[in-house]
Amino acid sequence: MLKDTDRIFTNLYNDESWKIDSAISRGDWKNTKEILSKGKEWIINEIKLSELRGRGGAGFPTGLKWSFAPKEIGSRPHYLIINGDESEPGTCKDRDIFKFEPQKLIEGCLISSYAVGAHTCYIYIRGEFFREGQKLQTAIEEAYEKNFLGQNACNSGWDLDIHIHYGAGAYICGEETALLESLEGKKGLPRIKPPFPALVGLYGCPTIVNNVETIAVVPTILRRGGKWFASLGKPKNTGTKIFCISGNVNNPCNVEEELGITLKELIEQHAGGVIGGWDNLQAVIPGGSSMPLLPKNICDTITMDFDSLIKEKSGLGTAGIVVINKDQDIIKCMARIAKFYKHESCGQCTPCREGSGWMWRMLERMAKGNASIKEIDLLSEVTKQIEGYTICAFGEGSSWPVQGLLRHFRKEIEKRNSSDPLIIKQNKNIPYLIDQHLLEEDNA
Amino acid sequence: MSIKKISKEQPEFFKFSEENLNKAKKIISKYPTEKQASAVMPLLYLVQGQNENWIPLVAMKYIAKFLNIPYIRVYEVATFYSMFNLSPVGKYFVQVCTTTPCMIRGAYKIVDVCKEKICENQKELSKDNIASWTEVECLGACVNAPMMQINDDYFEDLDKEKTEEIIEMILNDKQPKPGSYRNRKSAEPENKRTTLLNIKNA
Repeated sequence: MLKDTDRIFTNLYNDESWKIDSAISRGDWKNTKEILSKGKEWIINEIKLSELRGRGGAGFPTGLKWSFAPKEIGSRPHYLIINGDESEPGTCKDRDIFKFEPQKLIEGCLISSYAVGAHTCYIYIRGEFFREGQKLQTAIEEAYEKNFLGQNACNSGWDLDIHIHYGAGAYICGEETALLESLEGKKGLPRIKPPFPALVGLYGCPTIVNNVETIAVVPTILRRGGKWFASLGKPKNTGTKIFCISGNVNNPCNVEEELGITLKELIEQHAGGVIGGWDNLQAVIPGGSSMPLLPKNICDTITMDFDSLIKEKSGLGTAGIVVINKDQDIIKCMARIAKFYKHESCGQCTPCREGSGWMWRMLERMAKGNASIKEIDLLSEVTKQIEGYTICAFGEGSSWPVQGLLRHFRKEIEKRNSSDPLIIKQNKNIPYLIDQHLLEEDNA
Repeated sequence: MSIKKISKEQPEFFKFSEENLNKAKKIISKYPTEKQASAVMPLLYLVQGQNENWIPLVAMKYIAKFLNIPYIRVYEVATFYSMFNLSPVGKYFVQVCTTTPCMIRGAYKIVDVCKEKICENQKELSKDNIASWTEVECLGACVNAPMMQINDDYFEDLDKEKTEEIIEMILNDKQPKPGSYRNRKSAEPENKRTTLLNIKNA
């Protein structure tokens, strides 16, 4: 288990206070000016040395991302955007950072803005986090009062303004280009890449988009050194991460741990174990709803880091762990996730807009045992027709969990839906090719 | 995707109050000059705050004029994002999260309470027009599941009885206390804390 002295978010449970004076006493803003005076190159190199990977889901190396920003500020200003549109089912880490460690985030904003040459930083918070946003606004105002932000922030000679922009309940705005569209006051429809935001982003200017947690750990890394961060976790999967453990566990919680910790240790030690004991475990979604689930036999030994989970055809994602025990109907659980994706698809690409609805309707029927055995392969084909055929990664995000279910629980589906397709056709009048969304009660 | 219903009964006039007018100007100043279209979403929130938590069409036209952008740019944004209500909702607007992490901890029991006490159908007003409820997708408080949001506040760690109490209160026009209903401070493990022990005891 990680030592308490190596934890970055020491106020994760709000033992002290989120106010600026308390944050300063915990070490925030301690020698920010000194860090900034070492220069952009040093900061980016130190982050590269720490091997910090983005905490928003994709796990892209942060130092590398920053180095994509143009070295000199040209005619177009640079922007830093903090992605706090945390909507992935199973994930609730950024909310605690807004609530209890806002100064870590704000200091991270200043350092990162300096490193990428931005004088304006927007923090995009999901609209439902209204109270969290209010707290963050207070925290920003506190930082302005202490001259940590604004003109000549921290006496470093760098000017920075931070603004909060609220989302309005669209999951897709967590995708970086959709977020930029949303910030520009449009519908959150992802853009085609390239060009990448680092060169053409917000208002057509160079823009770096980072997750809240990524930015919040930056000041501590620079203070304690990239080598210290790299010494935690596993090679290429370094550092600490806030894990959110929810679902059928005795003590659901957020906890900061080293990457590479075993899943079993996380669940048994920190979350008080699975309800009904470890043997009652059915499956775990390891990284938020987009990541394929893992059955118990894999959960027994798996370690929680980017690369080990990719080997098991899943992923760390946002590290939102959803534990599902044997009292739950696994097909129903996945059908509900499919409904989530059907609801949140932005509608721009046809495979995703139509396919996410197909997957949901098929899974709902499978959960009730109303599908035929041949539909299982059909469902598998539908997922393959979505994955890779969309502008953004939402297509993968919606089809992977279904593929995971088919990979590990196919027998369960077959048991429940064993009837011959011809008999079904005689008995049930299920329309296939008409506009099925017109049949849904909500949308009629 | 989901389709939104636009209210058939629309007011004929909308204008920002003096206070909101100042707020709106302040909001626009957050964005670069000529990029005032970015303020569409914050301004729609202001409308919602002023107009009993929903946005009439005439207000969208007002915002379009205010920001000097086409009406359709405001309309498409208002219809795209799920938090903009385009028809009246109750004074207490209850949103129950029913996505998988909440579902497996009993979110549908909360839905049943809402059905029984507020209204059989979601998105419809209760008898005395004081409350309405709807199922929503993940609200990002999975560790404190099951939970619901009433207006701006989160109500966490619920069960059937606690939800009944809360709903009774809002039906009697009283403001219930937000936060965890099992006295959890945040997202820490409820019974046995394993980390940051020194700080806790200090």
